[in-house]
Amino acid sequence: MLMSIYCSKLMRGLLFLLLWLIIPSLHAQLNIEIFGGGASRIPITIVPFAEENRLQQSITPVISADLQRTGLFRLIDPAGSSPHAPVEVVYADWANRGVNALVIGRVTHLSDDQVEIQFRVMDIAKKSQLTGLAITVPTTQLRAAAHRIADVIYEALTGDVGVFSTRIAYVLKRGNKYALQVADADGYNAQSIIEYTEPIISPAWSPDGNQLAYVSFENKKPVVYVQTLSTRERRAVASFKGSNSAPAWSPDGKRLAVVLTGQGGSQIFLVNTDGSGLQRLSRSSSIDTEPNFSPDGRYIIFTSDRGGSPQIYRMPVTTTESSNAERLTFEGNYNASPDYSRDGKSFTFIHRNNNQFNVAAQEIGSRQVEILTNSKFDESPSFAPNGKMILYATEINGHGILSAVSRDGQTRQQLSVQTGDIREPAWGPLPKWK
Amino acid sequence: MRKLLSIALIVLLSACASQTTQPDVEDLTSGTDNGLSGSDLMGSDSGRPSYFNQLNDPNSILSQRSVFYDYDSYTVASEYRELVLSHARFLRDNPAASVILQGNTDDRGSREYNLALGQRRADSVKNMMILSGAQDVQIESVSLGEEKPHAMGHGESAWSQNRRTDILYRGE
Repeated sequence: MLMSIYCSKLMRGLLFLLLWLIIPSLHAQLNIEIFGGGASRIPITIVPFAEENRLQQSITPVISADLQRTGLFRLIDPAGSSPHAPVEVVYADWANRGVNALVIGRVTHLSDDQVEIQFRVMDIAKKSQLTGLAITVPTTQLRAAAHRIADVIYEALTGDVGVFSTRIAYVLKRGNKYALQVADADGYNAQSIIEYTEPIISPAWSPDGNQLAYVSFENKKPVVYVQTLSTRERRAVASFKGSNSAPAWSPDGKRLAVVLTGQGGSQIFLVNTDGSGLQRLSRSSSIDTEPNFSPDGRYIIFTSDRGGSPQIYRMPVTTTESSNAERLTFEGNYNASPDYSRDGKSFTFIHRNNNQFNVAAQEIGSRQVEILTNSKFDESPSFAPNGKMILYATEINGHGILSAVSRDGQTRQQLSVQTGDIREPAWGPLPKWK
Repeated sequence: MRKLLSIALIVLLSACASQTTQPDVEDLTSGTDNGLSGSDLMGSDSGRPSYFNQLNDPNSILSQRSVFYDYDSYTVASEYRELVLSHARFLRDNPAASVILQGNTDDRGSREYNLALGQRRADSVKNMMILSGAQDVQIESVSLGEEKPHAMGHGESAWSQNRRTDILYRGE
């Protein structure tokens, strides 16, 4: 059974958005290195698709790289064998090579600028097709098509949602220039959203992926902006007397939690995304910052030093301000920068351990903490929308780089740029068609 | 009139200097931010209030603009007390003058948490100034967190220079 889903229209819309509206600028190709990997990786072979070599952008290498980065797959070379249709698959041969899943496919050139890609995932043990799809895309969007295919393969073999078609945002500092950039999840297609000679921090994706909130220091103090990616139109959402920072989107995309100092201290407020409807949420004599909404919008987790050291707390989102919050972290004397997983069952944060700042994750129910990294200066962890990876900033040889670690701590990957410091990553939401 | 002209000039120059992508930013503060962004653009002293001469006299303590802190400390150390009090008296005696206090931290730990720590430093200077006669409307305390270090690198010599509050006069 070959499902025929012509998602070209959707994809065109998505990429149109991506390519058209964003300033092509500081070229920042991210290089990716992978470390470690789980013990029980799925052995898979991806046969180069028929007629793929006529394309300007090969498809199967992108799929292979996507799957490899998860640490869940072991890629086995096709070693000269190149079936493209089910009838050409000799199951016994692939079984002998230890292959569990075989990906085959074909590219059909519909016109000069449009192709159809058909692919199938074959289950070697069951000698049958696990899944398959045909996608029609413009030749300018072959990487996006490859990510879509990788998502389908990942979902068929792991049962989890794939995140290869998502985007990431981060800040790139080069010399005295700061660029807020958006790139594909694999680091390609990096584009600057805005560039300044003053710092930019704390980018946060709107739930629909159409806007970014961030903090800019261009006016000699921190001010919270919201910028629409498609039009590049932006507005100051919080520019009150004092400092304005730490924006977090409510799950319905209608409000932002922000941290303001105008009424004394650093306190959490809610504000509509047009800057109206300011409402104070926390009231304490301590620092309350880094708010992050639970996926159901009922709670905010945040960093507070109300107990004497920075720890993570949880408070309900209500229409009145509150001085009460439930403390969530108890290990160590520095826990900060919380980010909820999409299922709301856990959060990732930065934990200081013997003067090292590491990425950790904690289950909210059991309070079980896992420290996932062993570097020195990890910052701003951000969950992938499927909860399987955590993107964070770290430092190597004095340079800021992005890194990602699997939720179980087994696999790490580094994303680095040739020059410059890269920091403040935020993993974007799943695309709308997911 | 001279003051009006200078503000107009600053606004014009700021507009020219800013990028075309610069959005309209609604200024919800006391409405004097434009003076700050023009600070690099004023080539001469013409049109400035006369009190700036006093502020920039290298023999005056008012020319000193930074308060430094011990590790994990937000209180103004005794050695900087006279500096802060001098600026407070100056503000008291020149009601038209106003300052922005920028708190800063070293680069260890969360950027947003450091922003809040830097705010505490700026707030402590502000409180001291208000207790010494400056008016609340003359002072905006903000934080730059770890984003604008004086010295780069990891180590106490760099960190000690970055734990500071800077005093900036608007229109300077």
